[in-house]
Amino acid sequence: MSIEQRIARGMTAAVCLWLAAVSGVFAQGAQPPIRIGSTLALTGPLAATSLVHKVVGEIYVEQLNKRGGLLGRQVEWIVKDDQSKPDLARTLYEQLITADKVDLLMGPYATGAILSAMGVAQRYNKVLVHHTFGIPSMAKYDMQFPAWSLGPEPATTVPTTVLDALAASPKPPKTIAIVTSKFPSVHFMSLGAREIAKKRGLNEVLFLEWDFGNLDYGPIAARIKDAKPDFLWVGAIGLEGNQVLEALNKIDYTPQEHFYMYPAPGPMSKSPLAKNAMSMTVFEEHAPFTSAPGAAEFIALYHERAAKAGIPDTSVEVQAAASYTAWQILEAGVRGAGSLDDKAIAAYLKKNRIDTIQGKLRFDGPSNYGDDLMRVKQVQNGRWVTVYPKEYAAPGATLAVQ
Amino acid sequence: MTFPSATLLAQSALSGVFIGSLYGLLGLGLGLTWGLLHVINLAHFAFAFLAAYLCYQLASVGGMDPLLTLAIIVPLFAALGVAVQWLLARFSVSPLNSLLATFGLAAIVEAGIQWVWTADFRKLESVYAGQKFRVGELFIPVPELMTLLAALALSFGIWAAMRYTNLGRALRALAEDAPVAAAFGINAKAHALVLAGVCGALAGIAGVCLALGFTLTPSQIYAWVGVVFAAVMLGGLGSALGPLAAGILIGVSEAVTMAFASPSWAPIVSFTLLILLLLLRPERS
Repeated sequence: MSIEQRIARGMTAAVCLWLAAVSGVFAQGAQPPIRIGSTLALTGPLAATSLVHKVVGEIYVEQLNKRGGLLGRQVEWIVKDDQSKPDLARTLYEQLITADKVDLLMGPYATGAILSAMGVAQRYNKVLVHHTFGIPSMAKYDMQFPAWSLGPEPATTVPTTVLDALAASPKPPKTIAIVTSKFPSVHFMSLGAREIAKKRGLNEVLFLEWDFGNLDYGPIAARIKDAKPDFLWVGAIGLEGNQVLEALNKIDYTPQEHFYMYPAPGPMSKSPLAKNAMSMTVFEEHAPFTSAPGAAEFIALYHERAAKAGIPDTSVEVQAAASYTAWQILEAGVRGAGSLDDKAIAAYLKKNRIDTIQGKLRFDGPSNYGDDLMRVKQVQNGRWVTVYPKEYAAPGATLAVQ
Repeated sequence: MTFPSATLLAQSALSGVFIGSLYGLLGLGLGLTWGLLHVINLAHFAFAFLAAYLCYQLASVGGMDPLLTLAIIVPLFAALGVAVQWLLARFSVSPLNSLLATFGLAAIVEAGIQWVWTADFRKLESVYAGQKFRVGELFIPVPELMTLLAALALSFGIWAAMRYTNLGRALRALAEDAPVAAAFGINAKAHALVLAGVCGALAGIAGVCLALGFTLTPSQIYAWVGVVFAAVMLGGLGSALGPLAAGILIGVSEAVTMAFASPSWAPIVSFTLLILLLLLRPERS
């Protein structure tokens, strides 16, 4: 071997060693992303609302990574389709923890799937922040954190707020009809409304229950018309509220004051029959909600992304706001704890009030629920506006009565 | 329990007649393929919803009158019905397997609908939607009345065709004893394709009626299965008039139950009727 060949070999070996060393340094420096796992009902009956949560999650993770991620690491969101099936959600959360080995969990949509995920999170001692869990009394796990600020006893506090709003109106109701779906997260609220109305001396002229999935609202409408209540409480979820209104319209009856528990927000506000329909909210696209830090930017981004995703109603209201809040809680927990340790995150969240677009949330009450921040909103001129209490009302808006 | 007023009772019963006619219309195609072709076509519901979405698209986006969309939907769904029957016959799918195969097809159609129109609610705001007229104290909504008239016309039309035409007689003969019917020169495959086409068209018409009266969402496909199956079984497999009569019976009994008692009791009535029928007249199923 000539001297030149030896020099060439030596240089090649040196370059290889240098490359190996450099790549090793880079490998150590580029930390893997923090992986957050969740499921959403991307198909099945709950897919329409889940799409809202998907868009919001994507926006939040993108914003978070632009801010530098968490603990100096980028964040990756792994979302699986639970097909609107709570049993599948349970399996997928197991997979996320054991096979995908995610660092953190985010909750699914809706109550049934959240309950499933909660069981898995409990088994593996993982923190579970969730968006819109409807039955606080069933949230028994110590490290679950609700993003939907409906308080520990919404069956009492929500009807109280609604009836307070009506009592403060120019024409307080004297009679009430309560018609309700037997969908679990709605039914107990309607039973609560029944109790509160009774305590406040309202005369109950009708109480009806129907099974979720009912196809014929004609007879229900006929009974409402027959009862002629001053105030109609409709314990409806999703499209049921519109179906009741359409059935009432077919027999030429317009309810005086009318409230819907969890309506499909877009179809309800756009329906010409829904004039002055009331519901509850934790966030609407007007002051004072929009003055929360980050809210305006989120609203603008959501409008753009929701339209791109084919969501017909692109306004930010309860679902989108609760979803964004969930991510804010998780971020605050990790930053506060300074680690990915679930127990440390949970401890931080319990001890501190968290700034969110809904306001400051606390998790030190029963089942980790804090204050009931639900406000009364109403359809006015084809859009939802908050009308009660007045410090949260849209500028110039008051409760309109027929 | 307080006794409802005559108006409330009559308005509720009317509502039951209208919803029952839709049960009957959906059940008509299902019952004919089940009884005469021995195909339990769960995809019938998915086709009806696909037709409803097409009607929504053509009317809302294309600006067509919803009733005129029938000119496109009926031949299209007749062809779809023929294609499904051809496939089932090609692979000699048994009645039980047809249930599974068409359930899979329904799931595919549902996914397709969700892909195109998303899972969000779609409501056809047609000129007919708010129309109603008054007879005494009762209100009659026009879309529901159109559904009732369509169900009556189609049920009686098919009943007459089955009874008085050669095609109808041939189909009944095939359902009763296919080898003997074939011995008399009846082409079983061709007749089956014709009937499947008619049933596909019926799904299309039912879909237009759905679009006229209901807000659409893909998962609603399955909400109708139980009660329409009950109507078909009560009415008799392969019967043209039975599903409509049974549908109206179920609709009215449910509606009257809702007028007297809690609406949540209504499904108990229809399924009690079905159980009683199966117990007392098992040969009907």
